[in-house]
Amino acid sequence: MTAISSDFPSAPALPKWIAPVLLLAFAYGVVPLIGSSYLFEAILLPFLALSLAGVGLNILTGYAGQVSLGSAAFMAAGAFAAYNFNLRVEGLPLIGSIVLAGLAAAAIGIVFGLPSLRLRGFYLAVSTLAAQFFVQWALTKFSWFSNDSASGVIDAPRLSIAGFALDGAIGRYLFALTIVAILTFLAHRLVSSQTGRNFIAIRDNETAARIIGIPVLKTKLLAFAISSFIIGVAGVIWAFAYLRTVEPAGFDLDRSFQILFIIIIGGLASMRGAFFGAALIVVFPLALSRLGGFLLGDLFDSGVLDMSQRIVLGALIILFLILEPDGLVALWDRVRRRLLFAWQST
Amino acid sequence: MPLPSYTLGVIEASAYAPEVFARGLPSSLWSEQQSEGRVEPTGSVAAVASPLLSLQGIGLSFGGVVALADVDLSVRPGEIRAIIGPNGAGKSSLINVISGVYRPDRGHVLLDGVSYAQVPTQRLAHLGVARTFQNLALFKGLSVLDNVASGLAYKVRSNFAGQVLGIGRSRGEQRDSLSRADQVLEFLDLTAVRDRLAGTLPYGLQKRVELARALVAQPRLLLLDEPMAGMTASEKSEMAVFVRAARDRFATTVVLIEHDVGVVMGLSDRIAVLDYGRKIADATPDEVRNDQRVIDAYLGVASDNEDGAGI
Ligand SMILES: Nc1ncnc2c1ncn2[C@@H]1O[C@H](COP(=O)(O)OP(=O)(O)O)[C@@H](O)[C@H]1O
Ligand SMILES: [Mg+2]
Repeated sequence: MTAISSDFPSAPALPKWIAPVLLLAFAYGVVPLIGSSYLFEAILLPFLALSLAGVGLNILTGYAGQVSLGSAAFMAAGAFAAYNFNLRVEGLPLIGSIVLAGLAAAAIGIVFGLPSLRLRGFYLAVSTLAAQFFVQWALTKFSWFSNDSASGVIDAPRLSIAGFALDGAIGRYLFALTIVAILTFLAHRLVSSQTGRNFIAIRDNETAARIIGIPVLKTKLLAFAISSFIIGVAGVIWAFAYLRTVEPAGFDLDRSFQILFIIIIGGLASMRGAFFGAALIVVFPLALSRLGGFLLGDLFDSGVLDMSQRIVLGALIILFLILEPDGLVALWDRVRRRLLFAWQST
Repeated sequence: MPLPSYTLGVIEASAYAPEVFARGLPSSLWSEQQSEGRVEPTGSVAAVASPLLSLQGIGLSFGGVVALADVDLSVRPGEIRAIIGPNGAGKSSLINVISGVYRPDRGHVLLDGVSYAQVPTQRLAHLGVARTFQNLALFKGLSVLDNVASGLAYKVRSNFAGQVLGIGRSRGEQRDSLSRADQVLEFLDLTAVRDRLAGTLPYGLQKRVELARALVAQPRLLLLDEPMAGMTASEKSEMAVFVRAARDRFATTVVLIEHDVGVVMGLSDRIAVLDYGRKIADATPDEVRNDQRVIDAYLGVASDNEDGAGI
């Protein structure tokens, strides 16, 4: 019989929920007290929105194995749907608008997920570009979506929940944090359920999945729907809490790629991966601009910044794909294990 | 029918009824099965049994390549039926036809008396048919336990919302599939690797996990495409023991492709021999061993056929 042994030194005995709970306690209890408005406006709000979008795309791509380049379209769909529900449905609470916006994004996700029933891999990725271009085109073309505003740029409604105004930086941060925490928790439950196992089964071997009776078509469309729902809500956070304007321009193909990079760098098929990747994507340009400004002074203008950002990011992605295909999460776990091991053996 | 009390209907009815599981489903069924005596497939009782699976005039070609030509096959309940033949003889194609992965150009597949031009793959598990693949087809990113539990996915009726919120029938289903998966893991001596990712296991163990995933649904018909390919001699005999035990305990009918003639002769009740897509023999091991056409076509060159290619 083949020898069976564990590859790793014994894992820490702490239960798995400890780390997220501590992190949440910190995010709710400590961060609002010590954070500057720069931290909220420039770092934490985009981080939260992009993390959630990463969680959504990870369900589709990381777990169910369906590559998509349409994430920004689903964000846009969510943001504009929430804006219009809020505008046009009398007396609908904000939460209602957000849920309906998620459902609208899910419906669009199902439509643009239909090609996945016939296409896979590269061809599917290209077909999801259709979503990207179509949604952006429709939102620009039909001014009804922007309530006929001349510029196409509209102010997001002020955030409030149960009459409680949340329009300060901290309020918007708590608003985003709460939605991200809830949806991430539900997503985590999903991927460890039978449905989540079906996602992975279809990703790893579609024929075998069909043979054992997993409803392949239904499961793929479900992955598109759930993923688009979450990405749509991420779009609401992006527009309502972070930018406080709703406009199609920010939801372009670059954004779709950015979200794909987030889950590749962070780690596919991992909830934590989306947060790791989003943190890197958000903090990295800021750090680069500080560093560049420090080293090169005035030479380091926004053009140079933009260019160097793309170059370094591109290099990073290639490095990750080659050296650490499982992303920052795997890197983190390995470092942690080493440290723990070193600590235990002293 | 020579299969007392063990029909798919019984399994379906008992699925996820906790009181049935409380009795310990497999063990109670297994002992029941054994106390009533296992079907003796080559005996006189089986001779009158209607076939569980029969193929009638199956023809299949790929472009100019004839994979199967006018193949008939009849498999009785409880039988272990081997299919042997040189590489490219059409063995895998035959299993792909039975499981609906391929649609034959001609002929019909009868499962339990129902005739299909193409077996509906999506309903295969509901029809009580499970299979393994010549090349590993595990879900690499799932643990061994989850791989095996996924073999019960076809009967899950809770929806994703119920599963996320842990309400409705989802809890019972989850518990039952995991406990049934655990029982099969124990049966196949895989408990030690229960929580490992399937993709990280050595080849021989992955083959066995695939058998476990097929067995967990307690299929009436089990199709095994080279379950022992690439194994060491001791792994092979271990696997042979498991296949026989699966048949004996679950009363499963087995169709088995295997290159190792020694293993096949000892394990199977009947052997069908394919050569260039045609069935050239279909008899008991002893008869096949002495069949001149088989010796010419296959047995003489058996040692060249260790590693089959294809699906
Ligand atoms: N999907 C396929 N496409 C094209 N040719 C195939 C396919 N499957 C099988 N064949 C051909 O059919 C013949 C029988 O193959 P196969 O059933 O895999 O044989 P075996 O399993 O006995 O080695 C071979 O010539 C093979 O090349
Ligand atoms: Mg083969």
